[in-house]
Amino acid sequence: MFWRKFEERLFNFLIRLATIIIIGCLFVIVLTIVVKGLPAMSWDMISKSPSGGFYLGKEGGVLNAIVGSLYLGIGASLFALLLSIPVVVYMNVYAPTHSKFAQYIRISLDILYGIPSIVYGAFGFLIMIYLGLKVSLLAGIVTVGLLVLPIMARTMDEVIRTIPKELTEASLSLGATKWETAMKVLLRQAFPGILTAILLGFGRAIGDAASVIFTTGFTDNVPESILQPAATLPLAIFFQLGSPIQEVVNRAYASALILTIMILVISISSRLLSRRFNKNIIK
Amino acid sequence: MQTSINEPMEKTGNASQHATLIQPLNGQSLNGVKTHISVRNLNISYGNSQILKNVSIDIPDKKITAIIGPSGCGKTTLLKTFNRLIESSDGIKIEGEVLVDGENIYGKNVEVTNMRKKMGLLSQRPMPLPMSIYDNIAYGMRIHGIRKKSILNERVTYYLKQASLWNEVKDRLHQPATKLSIGQQQRLCLARGLAVEPEIILGDEPTSALDPISSQRIEEKFVELKDQYTIVMVTHILRQARRIADYIVFMYLGEIVEHGPAHELLENPREEMTKEYVKGVIS
Ligand SMILES: Nc1ncnc2c1ncn2[C@@H]1O[C@H](COP(=O)(O)OP(=O)(O)OP(=O)(O)O)[C@@H](O)[C@H]1O
Ligand SMILES: [Mg+2]
Repeated sequence: MFWRKFEERLFNFLIRLATIIIIGCLFVIVLTIVVKGLPAMSWDMISKSPSGGFYLGKEGGVLNAIVGSLYLGIGASLFALLLSIPVVVYMNVYAPTHSKFAQYIRISLDILYGIPSIVYGAFGFLIMIYLGLKVSLLAGIVTVGLLVLPIMARTMDEVIRTIPKELTEASLSLGATKWETAMKVLLRQAFPGILTAILLGFGRAIGDAASVIFTTGFTDNVPESILQPAATLPLAIFFQLGSPIQEVVNRAYASALILTIMILVISISSRLLSRRFNKNIIK
Repeated sequence: MQTSINEPMEKTGNASQHATLIQPLNGQSLNGVKTHISVRNLNISYGNSQILKNVSIDIPDKKITAIIGPSGCGKTTLLKTFNRLIESSDGIKIEGEVLVDGENIYGKNVEVTNMRKKMGLLSQRPMPLPMSIYDNIAYGMRIHGIRKKSILNERVTYYLKQASLWNEVKDRLHQPATKLSIGQQQRLCLARGLAVEPEIILGDEPTSALDPISSQRIEEKFVELKDQYTIVMVTHILRQARRIADYIVFMYLGEIVEHGPAHELLENPREEMTKEYVKGVIS
């Protein structure tokens, strides 16, 4: 009796501890960013590219990095999505149930997921040299796209795997092809999960610094073509944090605040969007 | 198709000269009963466990055939061979023939989608597609190329009436199908199946998730529909088979023990095993 009560108490304690750690971390991080970043926040920060004395704490902003990050995040997410959907549809619709091959794909994706992003960056760089490509938004989109592919594909895969087999069979039995079944039934049923997958991928794409150093590069200009290098917020933060000038360091926090808000806005708006599609989902 | 239905039955020691035994020649009839689906020497195995053992059976046209037998005896497996849904399992081996309207559906030149379109399927758990009531019915028609709004409207109405669902849903056709009760969902699935104009209705324990009233409605519907459709239904409810089946197939451990007209099989089983099952000794 005593032991069971103790177990219960202990577990209760652990639940609370874990919750406090998670919420606490989030709170501290957000608080730091806001407290340090807000004073350095200004309209110029988000509406201007770095000019003259930016790195000395004077005029200009990080528009170059905001735009670059958006291009890169959206581009890489789209690229990863274009690759994920066929893979996931193959694993769940075309491959036979309990297929070994599909299982190997899952394991490969899980391994890829564990590879540090700097390795992707280096890998992307090697490929670029091989193909004679220069540091550019395109190279970054491809590299970061491959970086987020595993998390996107596996998240979608896990969602689609929970769909009852009878639903697929219902569609097939009406004479639908596998492709029609996948596109019109399964993806619709899995829509909220797919959205989550895209968000996870986008979050990782827009937040990663290591994979873009060699591939996307950095520039003070807003990119005008996909073949030009582009600045990204994580790198901007990294460079500014390294500055000996206090104003510039504060701008790093302001940049971080911008990045956080961007992710928040995209996350919330897509949740709202998904709610409109959720009503048809079978439970 | 020369194989006689009697051969495998002789092997298993069954009396083969049953008065109303369905004739082996497809589409031909001697006792006024036409065959719609003929299974010939069908063997199905997963890995090294054999699920169906040399099954040969003729399913009569425009009758209700009930497949009965204890759990795990292969009823679902047999049913799924009729529209080749069985293929989607990994490591499955299929030998033998299934002839629908005299054509082997496992033949090389068979267009699976066209073949499946011939058969509506009702699963154990009703599986509406993740879309509106209207779109559920229209799905199959759209897939098969019907696009005109007026035709779709007309047919959706018609098939909802056919499934006795119209009055309950006519004011909310564009609401999600999942809002319907389970019993209504099953009738929706029936309407959806009918909408692709099949010849055969397959049901895998189609009433097992339903309340008594809903079950009764499905049963009544089946009796009504058998003028136009061949109905094959797996059931573990003996009373249901007694109520509505014209023809019964009794399976045990992957083999067909006995098959024949419902009243004969139930009142006067020839096999000891059937007797025990009908009496409720084995279940
Ligand atoms: N994917 C599979 N892999 C391996 N064995 C399977 C698979 N599906 C079914 N089986 C086996 O095949 C046999 C027949 O299964 P089936 O589902 O056809 O039985 P059933 O008669 O429909 O039973 P129930 O009345 O419980 O629905 C069972 O022994 C089952 O374990
Ligand atoms: Mg079954």
